[in-house]
Amino acid sequence: MATTTRQKTSWSFANILVIAWALFPVWWLVSLSFKNPGTIATDGGSFWPTSWSLENYRGIFKLHEFIRSLINSIGIALISTAIAVVLATMAAYAIARLRFPGKGLLIGMSLLIAMFPQISLVSPLFSIERTLGLFDTWPGLIIPYMTFALPLAIYTLSAFFREIPWDLEKAAKMDGATPAQAFRQVIAPLAAPGIFTTAILVLIFCWNDFLFAISLTSTTRARTVPAELGFFTGASQFQQPAGSIAAASVIITIPIIVFVLFFQRRIVAGLTSGAVKG
Amino acid sequence: MSHVADTTTTAPPVPQEKRRKAEVSEGAREERRLGWALCAPAVVVMLAVTAYPIIYAIYLSLRREDLRFPAQSKFIGISNYTTVLTSSVWWHALWVTLAITVISVAIEFVLGMALALVMHRTIWGRGGVRTAILIPYGIVTIAAGLGWQYAWTPGIGYLAELTGGAPLTHTYQAIGTIILAEIWKTTPFMALLLMAGLALVPEELLNAAKVDGATNWQRFVRVMLPIMKPAILVALLFRTLDAFRIFDNIYALTGGANGTGSVSFIGYDNLFVALNLGVGSAISVLIFICVAIIAFLFIKLFGTASPGTDIGGRG
Repeated sequence: MATTTRQKTSWSFANILVIAWALFPVWWLVSLSFKNPGTIATDGGSFWPTSWSLENYRGIFKLHEFIRSLINSIGIALISTAIAVVLATMAAYAIARLRFPGKGLLIGMSLLIAMFPQISLVSPLFSIERTLGLFDTWPGLIIPYMTFALPLAIYTLSAFFREIPWDLEKAAKMDGATPAQAFRQVIAPLAAPGIFTTAILVLIFCWNDFLFAISLTSTTRARTVPAELGFFTGASQFQQPAGSIAAASVIITIPIIVFVLFFQRRIVAGLTSGAVKG
Repeated sequence: MSHVADTTTTAPPVPQEKRRKAEVSEGAREERRLGWALCAPAVVVMLAVTAYPIIYAIYLSLRREDLRFPAQSKFIGISNYTTVLTSSVWWHALWVTLAITVISVAIEFVLGMALALVMHRTIWGRGGVRTAILIPYGIVTIAAGLGWQYAWTPGIGYLAELTGGAPLTHTYQAIGTIILAEIWKTTPFMALLLMAGLALVPEELLNAAKVDGATNWQRFVRVMLPIMKPAILVALLFRTLDAFRIFDNIYALTGGANGTGSVSFIGYDNLFVALNLGVGSAISVLIFICVAIIAFLFIKLFGTASPGTDIGGRG
């Protein structure tokens, strides 16, 4: 494609427009979090902090609730992701590679769950978890998270798995490997990049959840940061809550930004392959 | 690349009976067993955490289950449903939800298409654009929503100062801000799905159309859109169902005040504020039915190929 200077300028303009649109609300949160708590309500909504301060960050890291919810968030998201990815890897391998009756049913079921309105499950899960003693515990959140992450993970992974050269597995089988060995020793290493990508997507999903987190927890025992943020407002605080909430929001956005910066290509590939090809 | 060989479609019709018998050899049986064994854990988890609770929700919705009066729990038939369906709260919430869904998905589609074209065609800085738009996609919805809420709060926020209003206190304006927050957050997802569709459009076809004298617009409408149709429908279906469940942004922006609650929001409210499990469950079941209807309409009216149906076909 021949490119003229004018084309280049207009594309640059489009790019800058998109980047600004994507980032200005994030910058607003960052700016809010660095504002001096005393001047937040008096600086006329300045887009740039008039006096920079770390006070909001110092404040939230002194709060037991915040620290505790951060630990909950990290632990619950990591465990849910690990379990969901292991289960999904097994299922996706079977879907992509093996012939067995009931495959269509499994795919249909995951699709159904992907579209499931989560609120429909909140009331029964609330009731069931209270009976089973899972309410307000880590497993109480891990179980629904991994369930809702499974369809996403199965789709993404089976799309990746279909790209893996089948012949290698055949060769391994010819050399005397059982299907299980072929899975462990040949396909699994080849599949690692796809599994990693899926893990990132699932982690973002679990990290993000709010509805289950506020419905299935009641104390700091299992409450995650998004849920804590939802209840932050109006809590008796010695600080202007806007600054603290913004600071906490920035903290939980950092992992997302790190993922996006390092794995942009993978995330894009994962999102598109799962949904369109899959 | 026919290695995902699908015997049901490729097997010759006559000797099928024989073939099938011969096929259930030791290897095939082992493959089948392994297939089931590998899928079993995922299936068990999904059934235990979705199928069982939804059945339990139906059971709860037919009972008086008020956590404040546990002694009065009993079977009351469909009266929770009549309570909900004759209440203006439900219908108002349904309209709000539908308005948010239709308006945000429509705008997202247009913006997402533009964004997809920019990402697909841009000459330089493609990585930068993609990285930037993944941030709204990945950011915690409630955090972004609270950011918007402060932006619209008079005295604190730049948007409130800029527009000189307090939109969160008026129904329509508040719904507008919710839609805006929703569009910002989810357009990237739409754009990425559409971009995957764009990648399927063969460059030669576009060039051929250009040689034949088609304008940019004609090439877009006549060549690109038809090829992208499956991707477009999947993107619209995903986003429509997702928008219909909207909860986080409403919680962050208005807390459901001033008649801005969606169906998910009033469901939550009935469960955890009014502590009425029976009515809350009835709302949950109704939302489930709405989602099923939307999915059904998409598949029937537009023939959306649900993702996954062509598994094995694409190799």
